[in-house]
Amino acid sequence: MANLASEFVGIKSPNPFWLASAPPTDKEYNVRRAFEAGWGGVVWKTLGQEGPPIVNVNGPRYGAVWGADRRLLGLNNIELITDRPLEVNLREIKAVKRDYPDRAVVVSLMVPCEEEAWKAILPVVEETGADGIELNFGCPHGMAERGMGSAVGQVPEYIEMVTRWCKQNTRMPVIVKLTPNVTNIVYPAEAAKRGGADAVSLINTINSITSVDLDAMSPEPMIDGKGTHGGYCGPAVKPIALNMVAEIARNPETAGLPISGIGGVTTWRDAAEFMALGAGNVQVCTAAMTYGFRVVQEMIAGLSSWMDEKGYTSVDEVVGRAVPNVTDWQFLNLNYITKAEIDQEACIKCGRCFAACEDTSHQAIVMKEDRVFEVDDSECVACNLCVNVCPIEGCITMRRLDAGELDLRTGEKVPAEPGDWTTHPNNPQTACAAE
Amino acid sequence: MQNSQRTPGVVPGRLDQASYNRNFDELHPPLDAHEAHVAADRCYFCHDAPCVTACPTDIDIPMFIRQIQTGTPDNAARTILEQNILGGMCARVCPTETLCEEVCVRQVAEGSPVEIGQLQRYATDHLMEQGIHPFTRAAETGKRVAVVGAGPAGLSCAHRLAMRGHDVVIFDAREKAGGLNEFGIAAYKTVGDYASFEVDWLLKIGGIELRTGMKLGENLTLDELREGFDAVFLGIGLPGVNALRVEGEAHAHVRDAVDFIAELRQAEDLSKLPVGREVVVIGGGMTAVDAAIQSKLLGAEHVTMVYRRGRERLSASTFEQELAAARGVRIILNAQPVAFNTTDGQTVSSVTFAYTEDTPNGMQASEETFTLPADQVLKAIGQSLEGVPGVVETEGGKIVVTGPGRTSLDGVWAGGDCAAGGDDLTVTAVADGRDAAEDIHLALVGEAAVAAE
Repeated sequence: MANLASEFVGIKSPNPFWLASAPPTDKEYNVRRAFEAGWGGVVWKTLGQEGPPIVNVNGPRYGAVWGADRRLLGLNNIELITDRPLEVNLREIKAVKRDYPDRAVVVSLMVPCEEEAWKAILPVVEETGADGIELNFGCPHGMAERGMGSAVGQVPEYIEMVTRWCKQNTRMPVIVKLTPNVTNIVYPAEAAKRGGADAVSLINTINSITSVDLDAMSPEPMIDGKGTHGGYCGPAVKPIALNMVAEIARNPETAGLPISGIGGVTTWRDAAEFMALGAGNVQVCTAAMTYGFRVVQEMIAGLSSWMDEKGYTSVDEVVGRAVPNVTDWQFLNLNYITKAEIDQEACIKCGRCFAACEDTSHQAIVMKEDRVFEVDDSECVACNLCVNVCPIEGCITMRRLDAGELDLRTGEKVPAEPGDWTTHPNNPQTACAAE
Repeated sequence: MQNSQRTPGVVPGRLDQASYNRNFDELHPPLDAHEAHVAADRCYFCHDAPCVTACPTDIDIPMFIRQIQTGTPDNAARTILEQNILGGMCARVCPTETLCEEVCVRQVAEGSPVEIGQLQRYATDHLMEQGIHPFTRAAETGKRVAVVGAGPAGLSCAHRLAMRGHDVVIFDAREKAGGLNEFGIAAYKTVGDYASFEVDWLLKIGGIELRTGMKLGENLTLDELREGFDAVFLGIGLPGVNALRVEGEAHAHVRDAVDFIAELRQAEDLSKLPVGREVVVIGGGMTAVDAAIQSKLLGAEHVTMVYRRGRERLSASTFEQELAAARGVRIILNAQPVAFNTTDGQTVSSVTFAYTEDTPNGMQASEETFTLPADQVLKAIGQSLEGVPGVVETEGGKIVVTGPGRTSLDGVWAGGDCAAGGDDLTVTAVADGRDAAEDIHLALVGEAAVAAE
């Protein structure tokens, strides 16, 4: 069986599945249950500076988006950092780490943007025996209004400054958690690296309003007739997170910087995808909040059997494997020509491909007698929409035309050599260069 | 409890009350809101959907299911009722397994269709239980139309005519409106007095007067209707019953299945309804199956349904046949009755059947016979037209119609079971009535006026 043991910025855990800093890791009770269920590590819910505890709303903290049969697709929250006294959290962290020395215990931190505040909290966290810290520069609600969380994460200079303070004041590895609520994720990642971060973790939650109560005319979750934006997470955000992880992994300035992947990880496959795009491990929250801690057992078994099947013996062999294939549009091979093909045996004749293509695309599917749907190669641009709307997996596929084969749409033969936009005759810059 | 399933003769009270309740409970309990959402989500919103093509009333099924998905079941109900004003009853009694659900792409692909009938019921119940009638009448035209028969065809026709602004009088031979919805359909398919609830709801549109106890050919003539009204629609069904012409047919406890079913539907207390210990049902259609199943549910010890042709000719659907088998009804094929026997000279005691065989000269009885004990025999060998004057052209026992129900007589339309064509289903009767109403409307106000609407 594949070895799932993970070492992330020197922190060892029996598997690469950590619970993200969030409600499931707010208390010793929960974290012990998580470790008993098999989680490799936790990032303890964000601690703030000493003083009067944080206050949370007393109405709903979460809003949700559902699919059929109320499958939870997206979750949003307006909960703040831990509202329990600092000393209680520290005592519990110490006790848990003592009892589970083989698991990763990282502590998430958020204190005001002043060096003294960081200098004060770092030693007391270090004293618990925790394996590392994660700087919460991501929470988009509440704390950001007070100059913390995403208010820091949106300003690269602040990220760099605070990271440097932490590196100068603790021996613990420093993971910088990034907010996705920025125009380009590469800038905050570069800032973290300049500040000396050992790793970045991403994504934190995305600014969101999950729905509107049309009777009360208020955003959800609604607190006494009003709502505020919350942080969106869960399966719905995974594509956004994957892209951001990949951008950092392939950016020359940040390439090689360890990444802890976060954002909608629900199954082993999600985890494998994050890792393939450069994440050294993954952090999970919504899946656990939806189904309970036992979901990690599927993740462990699934990742392990997939790795066995592929012949990967350690998680390091998976990490970053897909990164070289993430490229810019301009480098995509324009001579890669495909056509949709409908398997008539598999087709159930619903006609969704026809409706989609006829109404919204290229009129490349024809409906014949007895509801037989066929592709008209002379119109098909291979957009893949028919594949995406077909309810039967594998019924419509894209067949690659061989080199030399006639493309009925253009009337030209498929070139044997690849060719991309950079050398395409329609590219004005190509023309300039040729002049 | 005095009687049991083994008590000889035709007696009531063979079961305890709990058994009656259980036996005549709904065949398919309604979906709740969550179940409906899950069921609705299975619909693929097909292009040019086969289910719509298969629906005799052309309900936009993908659209109404989508409206359920989006949390607007009352809009879904409107989509249904615009095409089929008896959409609530049809949701309960349509043989969906041979109509919309049979051609559902998910039936074809997975053997498990979208539950169209159940979803239709969810939507129509949601609207109707609020007492909402979603249609209003157009400006009154001053035209008057007579509708004969308050069954599905007549009700559908009357509603559409009233909607178009005409005044309608419905005449019905029975004391209660509804036709076969009220007197014919199996009790477990339409519990809770739904048929009469639906009629009351339908009449809320206004402009429809109901006159019961008026039977064409008895206390009502076509001539006076043609004289007193601007148009006449005949939706009289098939009130007569075919005779077997077999020796002993007049013995006591040999009766028509339609009467047995009507009695059962109107019974307030099923435990007071007598049923035989050994029941023999003759016929192979829906009436035969309904009579057979319900005799069993009333507590008959043995129920045998005998049909003179093979399985391929049984007009009861596969679903109905399986339902009968599951309830313990035995089906014997390729046999016809040759004698109803009696031991006391009055009451039937057994039925002798001859096996039938196909010969070059058609189906014939063979020499080989068998005899089934029977203390009650229910005949379900078909109904016939009755009360229609000879001036109306008929063929094969049905009124000849062209296009949307035009009969050979000017100003007289017909639809439902009494008219030629169609499948003798509630849903086809509704379609006939609706289409005839639109044609009558066209005839009464003229094409120009209809185009300007």
